[in-house]
Amino acid sequence: MSTVTTADHHDEHHDHKPTGIKRWLFTTNHKDIGSMYLIFALVMFFIGGAMAMVIRLELFQPGLQFVDPQFFNQMTTVHGLIMVFGAVMPAFTGLANWMIPMMIGAPDMALPRMNNWSFWILPFAFLILLMTLFMPGGGPDFGWTFYAPLSTTYSNDTTALFVFSVHIMGISSIMGAINVIVTIVNMRAPGMTWMKMPLFVWTWLITAFLLIMVMPVLAGVVTMVLTDKYFATSFFDAAGGGDPVLFQHIFWFFGHPEVYIMILPAFGIISAIVPTFARKKLFGYASMVYATASIAILSFLVWAHHMFTTGMPVFALLFFMYTTMLIAVPTGVKVFNWVATMWRGAMTFEVPMMFALAFIVLFTIGGLSGVMLAITPADFQYHDTYFVVAHFHYVLVSGAVFSIVAAVYYWLPKWTGHMYDERLGQMHFWCSLISVNLLFFPMHFVGLAGMPRRIPDYALQFADFNAIISVGGFLFGLSQLIFVWVLIKCARGGEKAEARAWEGAEGLEWEVPSPAPYHTFDTPPEVK
Amino acid sequence: MNAKQTLIGKLSLLVVAMFAFGYALVPLYEVFCDITGINGKTASEPVSAEEAIVDTSREITIEFIARPNQQMPWVFKPEVRRMRVHPGEIHIMNYVAENPTLRSIVGQAVPSVSPGRAALFFHKIECFCFTQQYLAGGNDMLMPLQFYVDPALPAQYSTITLSYTLYDVTDQWQPEAQDNLSELGE
Ligand code: HEM
Ligand SMILES: [Cu+2]
Repeated sequence: MSTVTTADHHDEHHDHKPTGIKRWLFTTNHKDIGSMYLIFALVMFFIGGAMAMVIRLELFQPGLQFVDPQFFNQMTTVHGLIMVFGAVMPAFTGLANWMIPMMIGAPDMALPRMNNWSFWILPFAFLILLMTLFMPGGGPDFGWTFYAPLSTTYSNDTTALFVFSVHIMGISSIMGAINVIVTIVNMRAPGMTWMKMPLFVWTWLITAFLLIMVMPVLAGVVTMVLTDKYFATSFFDAAGGGDPVLFQHIFWFFGHPEVYIMILPAFGIISAIVPTFARKKLFGYASMVYATASIAILSFLVWAHHMFTTGMPVFALLFFMYTTMLIAVPTGVKVFNWVATMWRGAMTFEVPMMFALAFIVLFTIGGLSGVMLAITPADFQYHDTYFVVAHFHYVLVSGAVFSIVAAVYYWLPKWTGHMYDERLGQMHFWCSLISVNLLFFPMHFVGLAGMPRRIPDYALQFADFNAIISVGGFLFGLSQLIFVWVLIKCARGGEKAEARAWEGAEGLEWEVPSPAPYHTFDTPPEVK
Repeated sequence: MNAKQTLIGKLSLLVVAMFAFGYALVPLYEVFCDITGINGKTASEPVSAEEAIVDTSREITIEFIARPNQQMPWVFKPEVRRMRVHPGEIHIMNYVAENPTLRSIVGQAVPSVSPGRAALFFHKIECFCFTQQYLAGGNDMLMPLQFYVDPALPAQYSTITLSYTLYDVTDQWQPEAQDNLSELGE
């Protein structure tokens, strides 16, 4: 792929932008908005991380030492909500904002004003959510999955605020998704055909459709919780003819596609980074596109693998077991393609590549524990234990989060115009890699041995593993401070980055200078 | 420009449709479970006592479980724990309810049958669970259930467990509905 023109220097009238806070409040520029999303996600990552530290502190030893159980439950709940909706999802949206227009040769997102709105309502959603922690009765304590009747009959008075904040998060994601789809469908540069689009663009397009299909269902189910609690409906209340199991069906109809919303863009990122540092074209581009699409379609047919123990009939157990295992096939295709891309490549191991490699290995471990959980009879033992916690942290932390970190290292030279400090970056990588495994690997063992999730205390035989897990947790938290240091250092200065910051990098974003000018591709490039 | 607007329109429509779909799942679930009987819900209306042919060739064990919900102070239990019946035979089973408090309370029993698919073959001619039950403080009463097991019950089922959970629904009390019932002759 190459471009004929890259006219990036424009007349001044384009570049005058308000200064100070007003620039950020009213900006409609995709790069500004992308940066705000990314910084917001980082802040949320640390707030959610602080809650994880509280959880690990309490679990360092058996017995209750630091927090009372109700507060502990608030910590697990809000940690989950913040990491999912406040850190991972906004980080991906930030990357989409920054990179998609540049990757397809568009001057901006299709709906810049809506873009501004979808970002700026987010901080309010999380402000409301965090505020509830300081109110009488405390914040939500029913788990990020807010199962009824925990969230209806037994929840505290701040539940209305929880519902309200989830609504705002949902609206923000839906607007963001519409924006991504309209941008990709309508604003590709001439010659940028569907099958020439970078995989990050493809995976985000499919993710955006998933968002549009399931976020409204989430909005529906929180609304039902709201009316059950405050307006005497009984969607989930057996006394009034409802059914609490119905809650789980509706929630997981949203919930399973949601986990793919958090991993498909990661697949796109890894598919950009691996070819760059292997200096080879991506192996099996078309199969990657089809695998992504089939994962997205299948993700609507597996939701009840979260509900094997609710007493479903045998044929339903079998159906959901088989569909779930089927998803492992397209996922396997992807891993195969990444490995094949590296095969006989001239590889180098800069920080983005290191995180991408760690992603491939650790995400696969998470996928394998997923397949174990998908075996219905086995899940009767694993369900609601730390084994599930180990599974989803492998796919979400060493999967989604590692891919985001890899993406930041990869495109940071494009954003700031400077190379980051490679030595510090490597230090960040190794500290993260070791601590993340110290943190999550022993969770498999305590889970298999029967330690339940979401409890502030545990039986004595789990004490040693929990102490190790907590130490891993603290180290992982500290390691992320190195990341912040790298980011600040790189924003301030450093070795000047070239337009094509990485030798083997391909794609339109590398045709514009580094740092990318405020406006890029005002005249569309010609893609050959 | 126009293509853009139509796309936005279509996507917004999809958003609205999916929101509606979330709500549509509620009746869909109900209908699906009614047809397949998979969540153990029995019919909420009485069936007429047909002249079913009694199948004396086999016996089915019916187990009765009854428990008040946590917020429900009544004592609530079946007169016997289990019963062996021939499919097609009509039986009456009484449940004892006692309100040990000083205030009047209205209860609603919600049935569930296990294994779930047997629910389709468990027929109630009369049941206290069809209506709300009123009980003044300090009183007790017998609540009857009249039922038979469908002779078409597949052979693999030899035991059916019928479980009732009793809820306090005093704040949703509908006395009119109760009047209609007493007209029906109780
Ligand atoms: C091969 C792919 C996968 C399979 C077969 C799989 C299977 C499962 C199963 C069966 C469960 C339910 C376990 C239980 O509650 O007993 C589960 C839970 C979970 N999975 Fe996966 N999974 C896969 C990939 C992923 C990915 C890619 C993500 C996210 C990026 C993910 C995130 C989660 C989360 C968050 C939960 C726990 C939800 C909760 O109860 O809080 N999984 N997975
Ligand atoms: Cu799932």
